[in-house]
Amino acid sequence: MKGLMDWIEARLPFMEAMNKHVIQYPAPKNFNFWYFFGSLAMLVLVNQLVTGIWLTMNYVPSGEGAFASIEYIMRDVDYGWLLRYMHSTGASAFFVVVYLHMFRGMMYGSYQKPRELLWLFGMLIFVVLMAEAFMGYLLPWGQMSFWGAQVIISLFGAIPWIGDDLTLWIRGDYVISGATLNRFFALHVIALPLVLVVLVFLHILALHEVGSNNPEGIDIKKPKGSVPEGEKSPFKYHARYDKYDIVDAVPFHPYYTVKDIMGVAGFLILFCYVIFFAPEMGGYFLEKPNFEAANPLKTPEHIAPVWYFTSFYAILRAIPHKLMGVVGMGAAIVVLFLLPWLDRCKVKSVKYRSIWHKLNLTQFVICFVILGILGAIPATPGRTILAQITTFGYFAFFALLWFYSKNEKCKPVPERISK
Amino acid sequence: MSNAPVDSGRRRFLTATTAVVGGAGCVFAAVPFIQSWNPSAKAKAAGAPVEVDISKIEPGQLIRVEWRGKPVWVVNRSQAALDELSTFEQQLKDPASDEPQQPEFAKNQYRSLKPELLVAVGLCTHLGCSPTYLPDTFSEQVAGVQSGFFCPCHGSKFDMAGRVFQNVPAGLNLVIPPYTFVDDNTIIIGVEEGAA
Repeated sequence: MKGLMDWIEARLPFMEAMNKHVIQYPAPKNFNFWYFFGSLAMLVLVNQLVTGIWLTMNYVPSGEGAFASIEYIMRDVDYGWLLRYMHSTGASAFFVVVYLHMFRGMMYGSYQKPRELLWLFGMLIFVVLMAEAFMGYLLPWGQMSFWGAQVIISLFGAIPWIGDDLTLWIRGDYVISGATLNRFFALHVIALPLVLVVLVFLHILALHEVGSNNPEGIDIKKPKGSVPEGEKSPFKYHARYDKYDIVDAVPFHPYYTVKDIMGVAGFLILFCYVIFFAPEMGGYFLEKPNFEAANPLKTPEHIAPVWYFTSFYAILRAIPHKLMGVVGMGAAIVVLFLLPWLDRCKVKSVKYRSIWHKLNLTQFVICFVILGILGAIPATPGRTILAQITTFGYFAFFALLWFYSKNEKCKPVPERISK
Repeated sequence: MSNAPVDSGRRRFLTATTAVVGGAGCVFAAVPFIQSWNPSAKAKAAGAPVEVDISKIEPGQLIRVEWRGKPVWVVNRSQAALDELSTFEQQLKDPASDEPQQPEFAKNQYRSLKPELLVAVGLCTHLGCSPTYLPDTFSEQVAGVQSGFFCPCHGSKFDMAGRVFQNVPAGLNLVIPPYTFVDDNTIIIGVEEGAA
């Protein structure tokens, strides 16, 4: 056995990679609850890939057959209902996990130097995930699939000059039709998952190059020779970390593999509860009009995107101008990409930052949640004004951050996480 | 192997020209992949004109027909609705239909061939939802106007000639498709007078 392992190792450095990235990878010892969501996102990705492959075995990607094939999966295929609910609940779970993961990064300044590229890969994953969710939602070919896609594709029509030709090109028809459905299917099951997996791989490689941040925002890699022998982390780490003195760290395996499995267990309890007892989640995970086949002649009384898009949708709706609404919604995403450069503070964790930053981050979360609620319910004049105020609050977070972060009065950051 | 010194200028030139030619090849190779997303010949051919019997539409009633996959409304407007049209023009974005959202024949007060009959593509010019027809309760949306169209998606409002109100996301009036009268009881949508 040892001989075989050595034979492989000489040709493909498998154990070397395992040591570098898992077994002898130094991780800060103070990860808290918020650090579960990275590994949970990977778990959900695997769930989506596996259940997605199984769903394609019975799904029919055509304007005539799609809706009926979903009914067929739900009623006639053994365990088809379970596979579909795992996939549809998984989509919502993916966004729950990713939003919490992103908020963790915002709280602890995990986007700051040297983790800018890590943040950018994460944001690209978020954008691809939104495209993946949008295209997947067309596939059941229900009323909400159809009219949701009609609205989102029409957004591109707001682009001056080329808008109309661009929407025609995206749809492949003068209206949303089977041609649109088929290309969305191809992108949803092949193209975007490939991109997603590659981006996740790059996200993890970029993470392991600079190392994880932690709730204190204090680096665990100290300059070589700066730490007395007795205070260094007592564990064996991979040779590539020899150029530092590692403090306050534990090897990722077994310490965080075991801890993450605890997180997985907790997550699966909630996930399974939804799958078995509330797969539609009161119309928020699977919307009621989508139980009716697509009808190009009639828009449902109230149309709203799935919950994970409603914040951005509310921004679109708050701006009473077609092009500016689309620009505003796009800017809400783009501005997140710029976060590492908008925050000019050198202190990472919110724990040591000024009261202004704490208040600003709090108002940002409140605005985002209110927008999310407003985007899910019909607009009234009063709600539109509230949406405009919270849209302002959303963007104000970034503008204010840029101003006060340059000369922010922070609390002194300790040298070490703890002794 | 000759030991001639490396001419780095020549090497740079060759590298650059090779890259440019290769890049041009990639651009041309991308053409079929991009063009294949355009509407197919079948999709283009599917836009045949539609005949509609209008004799049974009651005053105030709206019927929907499908033309090129889109909902087209045919509305028999009441005299009250027609009289109302000129009373709130200062609240409209384009009261005189200056934007090319209709064939030349419909660029008039009623945006139609015959005053009572409205034929319009029933898709909001904002993001393409189909607005709801409110024959009696439109005054909840615009005070003093009895009937009109309200888009459930983003709240755009249109009058009984498909003209858009101010302070809503939609910027343009509803599209009037080409159509013509075959006889007093039948219209054909998709064909203009004289073109058929």
